[in-house]
Amino acid sequence: MSESAYLLYLGCAIPSRVLSYEVATRKVAEGLDLRLVEMPEFSCCGLPLDAISHDMMLVLAAQNLCLAEQQGLNIMTLCPGCNGTLCTVNETLKKDRGLRERVNGQLGEVGMEFRGEISVRHLVQVLLRDIGLKAIEDRVARPLKGLRAAAHHGCHLLRPSRHLGIDDPEHPTILKKLIEATGSRCLDYRNELECCGAPVMVTRPLDAAGGRLGKVGVSLQTTREKLVHLREAGAEALVTVCPSCYRMYDINQPIIERAFNESFNIPVLHYPELLALAMGTDPDELALNEHRIDTSKILQTG
Amino acid sequence: MTVHFALGAVMNEGVDVAKEEAESKEGEKERFYRLSSADSRFKYELSRVPGSEKLLLCLQCGTCTADCPVARFSDSYRPIRILRMAQLGMRERVLSSDEIWLCATCFACSERCHQGVEFANILRALRNMAVKEGIIPPGFREIASNVLKTGFSNEITKFQRRKREKLGLPPLPNSNPERIAKLAEIVGFFSLIGRGDNRSV
Repeated sequence: MSESAYLLYLGCAIPSRVLSYEVATRKVAEGLDLRLVEMPEFSCCGLPLDAISHDMMLVLAAQNLCLAEQQGLNIMTLCPGCNGTLCTVNETLKKDRGLRERVNGQLGEVGMEFRGEISVRHLVQVLLRDIGLKAIEDRVARPLKGLRAAAHHGCHLLRPSRHLGIDDPEHPTILKKLIEATGSRCLDYRNELECCGAPVMVTRPLDAAGGRLGKVGVSLQTTREKLVHLREAGAEALVTVCPSCYRMYDINQPIIERAFNESFNIPVLHYPELLALAMGTDPDELALNEHRIDTSKILQTG
Repeated sequence: MTVHFALGAVMNEGVDVAKEEAESKEGEKERFYRLSSADSRFKYELSRVPGSEKLLLCLQCGTCTADCPVARFSDSYRPIRILRMAQLGMRERVLSSDEIWLCATCFACSERCHQGVEFANILRALRNMAVKEGIIPPGFREIASNVLKTGFSNEITKFQRRKREKLGLPPLPNSNPERIAKLAEIVGFFSLIGRGDNRSV
């Protein structure tokens, strides 16, 4: 199995709502000679249905893994939610024979079989482990010297660590190292591991009544708190690797500013955007105008 | 003699569980829950769900709640309380509560529990049980219907597909909703989302 080629698993959110992440990833892959192969078919990873039926989540994740096995290639994910689900289900089915037989019984009825032949990796793992910091640094043509960036790893990238094992779940450094490879600084700030609040958006009506700030709800209060901590640290950009976290911090930032009557104006970049800029990609080739918070300040650094 | 269990630590703030369920005399209402109305087998039923095996190992230390990003801002969501209520067999109260739908699945509780209780998995099991009782919040129902209809959790519109083209992105492959529907049939997913009322708020 070729290690340098990956099937690109996009999931649901990225190919429809967070196109900027996909655009930048493809640019960076091109520049790093990382071969990405389109999946001829894929569907939702199953994560959003786990709350309703764990069995449905299992079988949805497993059928995506089967589709990748048919291509004989490992999966590269961009969304940590998809990554966590596909990784966990992949590893569990490989180890738990009883469960594998049950799921295969269900998959058999649609002519599929889970064989446990592939691995699932997130973009940051591929960048750090397959490409390597040294090779990335070598490709940086326009170091982002002087930029004060901050990392948000995101919950599902790290936890549950016993299934994912990507990095130390309490003191992750994987994204920080990648940010520093672009020449940018990576700031420490308060409560870096805090959740973005996105998963609670689904049931916002259930908590908004009890939340201390009325209709704002728990999710946006959590999002706001990180923005406050970033502002305290003087961050000029937040770097994410998750479409949901990105949407909370970028797309919802003006909503939070209005609801709390305060100003943040902190641009949020997907890591591959930061890297693409450092590699000298023309900003016009990235979909930066898809961002809600103006990113032009970042373009002036370096 | 009726056995009462003091719930002070469990419900010291927010939603007053005891108020709704205890029928004991005035004054005791807010502080006691009548255990005879509990389902003593519930904890075993829950412990049998894969991922929830360690429910009974919870010592009520509160690490899950101290580290919970939702508990920080919610007045009523407390993992420690849901765990104790599940252990005590307060089945109906737990399964019909709004709180079980507020977990952010950030796994901080599971990661840091020194007893290895994995509350996030227990909560998922409770949600799955509530669904079997016919409770599905509208947001989740919408996601389920999108997946069954299109294969994706959010509908991908024509506008978005055109925008992909404009940005030079390859067209999206088709998913296979027929296969997903077949799998949904096999795991009993249709019968789950078919029945019951949408939780109204």
